Amino acid sequence: MSAYFLCLVLFAIGLYCVVRKRNIIKIIIGIMISEYAINLLFILFAYRKNGRAPLFSEGLEIKNMVDPLPQAVVSTAIVIGLAITVLTVAIALRIYEKYGTFDITRIRRLKG
Amino acid sequence: MKLIPFFVIIPLSCAFIITLFRNRLRFLPGLLCVFSTFLLLGLSIHTKGSLAEGVSFVYKVGNWMPPIGISLVIDGLSSFMLVVINLIAFVVALFSIEYMKRFTARWNFFALFLLMLGGTNAVVISGDLFNLFVFLELASISSAALVAFGTEHEEIEAAFKYLVMSVVGSLFVLLAIALLYSYTSTLNMADIAMSLQAGSAGILIPFVSVLFIMGFGLKAGLVPFHAWLPDTYTAAPTPVSALMSGVFTKSLGVYTLMRILFNVLGVTPQLSKILMVLGALSMVFAVTLAVGQWDFKRLLAYHSISQIGYVVMSIGLMTPLGILAGLFHLFNHSTFKSLLFLNAGAVEYAADTRDLNKLGGLRKKMPVTGNTSLVASMAISGIPPFNGFWSKLMIILACVQANAIGFAIWATLASILTLVSFAKLQKFAFFGALPEQLKNIKEVPLLMRLPMIVLALICTFGAVLLLSPVAGNFLQPAVRVLLDGQLYAFRVVEALR
Repeated sequence: MSAYFLCLVLFAIGLYCVVRKRNIIKIIIGIMISEYAINLLFILFAYRKNGRAPLFSEGLEIKNMVDPLPQAVVSTAIVIGLAITVLTVAIALRIYEKYGTFDITRIRRLKG
Repeated sequence: MKLIPFFVIIPLSCAFIITLFRNRLRFLPGLLCVFSTFLLLGLSIHTKGSLAEGVSFVYKVGNWMPPIGISLVIDGLSSFMLVVINLIAFVVALFSIEYMKRFTARWNFFALFLLMLGGTNAVVISGDLFNLFVFLELASISSAALVAFGTEHEEIEAAFKYLVMSVVGSLFVLLAIALLYSYTSTLNMADIAMSLQAGSAGILIPFVSVLFIMGFGLKAGLVPFHAWLPDTYTAAPTPVSALMSGVFTKSLGVYTLMRILFNVLGVTPQLSKILMVLGALSMVFAVTLAVGQWDFKRLLAYHSISQIGYVVMSIGLMTPLGILAGLFHLFNHSTFKSLLFLNAGAVEYAADTRDLNKLGGLRKKMPVTGNTSLVASMAISGIPPFNGFWSKLMIILACVQANAIGFAIWATLASILTLVSFAKLQKFAFFGALPEQLKNIKEVPLLMRLPMIVLALICTFGAVLLLSPVAGNFLQPAVRVLLDGQLYAFRVVEALR
């Protein structure tokens, strides 16, 4: 039970980072932290104590396998997270080129 | 009905072909984009026409039987959304051929455009939650890249803001999906609906519903989550703003929210209250901000939030008339708001500014843009013969009928403020005196005029959709899907048999 709770705490830490930090790089890291927290939570849902890999072959008895679906789902989610990270970092680089700073309080052309 | 996967295959493969050829054939990217969106429009109308009311069709990907395999589901609501999406996408693609000539690396734009369209189409037809999430992200990432397309100060800032907000939204969606999976051990939407009906899930359903409202509300730009929207729409290239406001917030925000709340989780009176309050809040709050704007596109962006508020509030009423009015308003809003954004693009193309203080008297110099924008402004503020009037009238009537007089008053108030801000827009941009520096302004080329005329015609004759033979085929099946709620699951099972 405490593991689930810790995952949610990790998620909250990531969100705090996104909301409170002024440095763009820290915001990106915050996004990654909360992403990993959810991936971890999803994997934990499928975890079984002393479970074994969900591989099936002749003469093998089916018992106590971990649920394979979340693992497939999470590996997809990780790839999506990678794409997001790449795009945010690329945009962050461009922001640095244009504004010369990573501080979001000084990047304020858009108002209204 | 075997053609359903082509809603995803056509845009994705065309995007691939465009990236393969890059700039080698200069005319190819634009031509391919228009051709494929035209094909998709035809396909969506065909699908809509051949689907009987109250019937779902399920396509089994790779012939695996759901819930093990991936399924694509078409029913009244999703076929309605497909028509809206592909209609607007076709018109915008036509517009962007000429408009994008100002930019370099145009093939990038068209490839991303089709990628985003593929993602949006796939979200609408997907029958399982995780697929929905993957395509949601595909569409969000490509749209963020499109927002940053100009790579100037504003564009990049807006793209970063948009990307961070939309990622946070998707994280909430993923968390909700994980929690739902832990309870039901399945990702198929029909299967989840069935197993939620079978047992009492206690606190889980309200919690997951709130997470979904947060996630999809962010994508839809409802008021507490709207901060990204004005900046993004202002900074993005105009065809992208038109597509995002006409299609994106609706299919990724409103459609997904309705599908999951109504058909999968089952909507409760408390949830419908939340939806109505969120809708009313965005309706009034955004429109008051819109009145004070001097940037053409930013003004339109705030109106986008407010009109989405109308849709969400009206669907949240959960009465047949309310849902009908909401869906009709969704269709209407995607036509007149895309038209207004295209007008803004045309003005920017010709006059090179969006500042209402520097514009004026464009009506004489640009008759097509001026007149179509007049049509769209009257439609959005609810002036009688145009489509916006009918849907707003129905929304207000539905509120009165459902005994929510307060919401009816709010809707009327927002409508009056809409009229005020569009009167201001018309006065400063299209009427009045022509400034000295705009003396040599010309009307935009034919390829940009044509889409505006098409959309203006749809706005004028949109009320035809309410006539009973047309509405019976177009709007009523979609209303039926939302009204029937969790019967969705039985329809899917029926279709699999």
